[in-house]
Amino acid sequence: MIAVIVPRIAQMLFVMFGISVVVFLIFFATPGADPSARIAGRNATPETLEAVRKDFGLDRPLPVQYALLMKRLFVTADLTSFANRGQRVIPQIMDAAPITLALVLGAAVLWVVGALVLGVVAAASRDTILDKGLMALALIGVSMPVFWFGEVMNLLSQSRLHDTILFSWVPSLGYKPLSDGFAPWFKTLIIPWFTLAVLYIGIYARVLRANLVETYHEDFIRTARAKGLGPLRIMLRHALRPSLIPFVTMFGLDFGALVGGAALLTEVVFGLNGIGRLTYVALQSLDLPVILATVMYASFFVVAANALVDIAYVGLDPRVRSGG
Amino acid sequence: MSASASPEGLAAETPAAGGGLGVSVAGSPAGPWRQALRRLRRDGTSLEAGIVLLVVLVACLAAPLYASLVSQTDPFRSNLSGKIIIGGKRVAVMQPSTEGRGLGVTPIGPTWRGPYLLGSDAQGRDVAARLLYGGRNSLMIAGSATALCLILAAIIGVTTGFLGGGVDMVLSRILEVLWAFPVYLLAISLSIVLITKPIIIGSITLGSGSLLLPIVIIGLIYVPYVARPVRGQVLALRNSEFVLASVGLGMPTWRILMRDILPNVSTTLIVYIPLMMALNITTESALSFLSVGVQPPDASWGTIILDGQGLLYTRPAVSVAPGLAIVITVLALNLLGDGVRDALDPRARLQR
Repeated sequence: MIAVIVPRIAQMLFVMFGISVVVFLIFFATPGADPSARIAGRNATPETLEAVRKDFGLDRPLPVQYALLMKRLFVTADLTSFANRGQRVIPQIMDAAPITLALVLGAAVLWVVGALVLGVVAAASRDTILDKGLMALALIGVSMPVFWFGEVMNLLSQSRLHDTILFSWVPSLGYKPLSDGFAPWFKTLIIPWFTLAVLYIGIYARVLRANLVETYHEDFIRTARAKGLGPLRIMLRHALRPSLIPFVTMFGLDFGALVGGAALLTEVVFGLNGIGRLTYVALQSLDLPVILATVMYASFFVVAANALVDIAYVGLDPRVRSGG
Repeated sequence: MSASASPEGLAAETPAAGGGLGVSVAGSPAGPWRQALRRLRRDGTSLEAGIVLLVVLVACLAAPLYASLVSQTDPFRSNLSGKIIIGGKRVAVMQPSTEGRGLGVTPIGPTWRGPYLLGSDAQGRDVAARLLYGGRNSLMIAGSATALCLILAAIIGVTTGFLGGGVDMVLSRILEVLWAFPVYLLAISLSIVLITKPIIIGSITLGSGSLLLPIVIIGLIYVPYVARPVRGQVLALRNSEFVLASVGLGMPTWRILMRDILPNVSTTLIVYIPLMMALNITTESALSFLSVGVQPPDASWGTIILDGQGLLYTRPAVSVAPGLAIVITVLALNLLGDGVRDALDPRARLQR
């Protein structure tokens, strides 16, 4: 077990280092312009440019600049914005992080449960109308841009169907902290969770169905059938388990994609002040220090989450466990 | 742009669509390609998806025609004081608001006839015409980005897989880092840096005014996703008997790469074409929606959705229409992608 975990953590640290270097190079060493002009934002005065240069040590060699930036991002956490003068960046991220986390974790639960149900039902009713209909729905879910689907959900739940029984419970856009009570918090997040999960339910239901159908051709399923086991037991105990292995591997990777992509768009559409919306607002005002920090923190979180899923996977899969 | 064609329309357009697919798939007249093409043609879903894509493509290419003949307005100039004639009456494009306290103006809604078919956006521009112009950019960006991505991925995958050693070590590590980097964050970082201050390479300016910017960024971010499977395949091919035989016969490396490796890798690459197109269209729209993709005055499906955001509750057509265009196109591409994969890899079909 330890023989598996230690190299995985080493790999995680290597990838984090790699990503930090890539981000640093993008922001500070892209050829063509003085990075201080980018960081200072629109219509910066010469004094501001000079302040930026001093602040980020831009007159010193690149490795020193890199070390300085890392220190200000993760050690002293005193990176400041220039577009919003003097605003500390890291505390903003820390305030926004729980909102993103609540959104992403809730969506992940919905996504896994939804995909399991859809995939199993479709595989069990293979080649019937139900199967075809579910898979068509899944494909439509995969094909929708998440931010557009969010807007359509807003249109229906906030405006067109808001007065009907279907959506009259929907509160206005925005986030309500858990400290205001569980019900308001839960209500504001239901539709964002659903929106975010739809895309991934589609992908995973399709994959799970394909895996299940493939597993059904295996000898041990025929054996189980010959033993006289019921179809439900064969499906849930014998076919589902091996079909879940690729499912778990994919989950680790896509969870990261969710945090760094779809969640960002969902937050913007639903006005949730998480890290995604923080990034979005910073994009509008060209506030590069904020973007730099959110990109770095979010990527690190994603890489750490991936490593965690992999390690959990080692714990779950007896073959890998005994092999290590 | 509609997904449901009449049966006559389907029958009439079948040969044209078959010819269109033939151009894209049959790279060489060898046996396996013919077989794959025949399988693809026999697959009803792929054929329908192909027809839908062709209709979308033709409609978008005809955007200037539509703008001059049907909508009769310039979709890139604001037209706040314009008037159009509906049913013999002159109607203002920007109408007094009926919502709230009746202050301000609301752009005209869908007229369902020539000018302003889908209504107007906040600047009095014809949404239907912009939709077609935007589609041109969306498709062009997605297509060019797909080409760029596949070419780079093929080069990187083949060199790392075939040469191995130090080159492989270094490039694989770099790919590993980029693979773990959330794509949207990578794209946002690249865009924002290039939008604030463009870089100039020779005569090419990579900056906010250029459509090259989203093409390059979207083309780059997905390279690891294709290069990794290609590298794996090349590694397996490297040790296959026919390649070892070529090496043993003393064939030059370039000849082995061109004659033995590339034809085998090309099926993998072709399977990726529709899927990458679909992914790239979604990515482009997302980046444009975040205002780091296509920049105004250029339009794309993503920027039109962004334009419609402020009008979502009063004039939903502005945002809903480009979204539907994306869903239809991406859905057709995904269906075609499934068909191409099944046609090129008969084993994949058996599993289903």
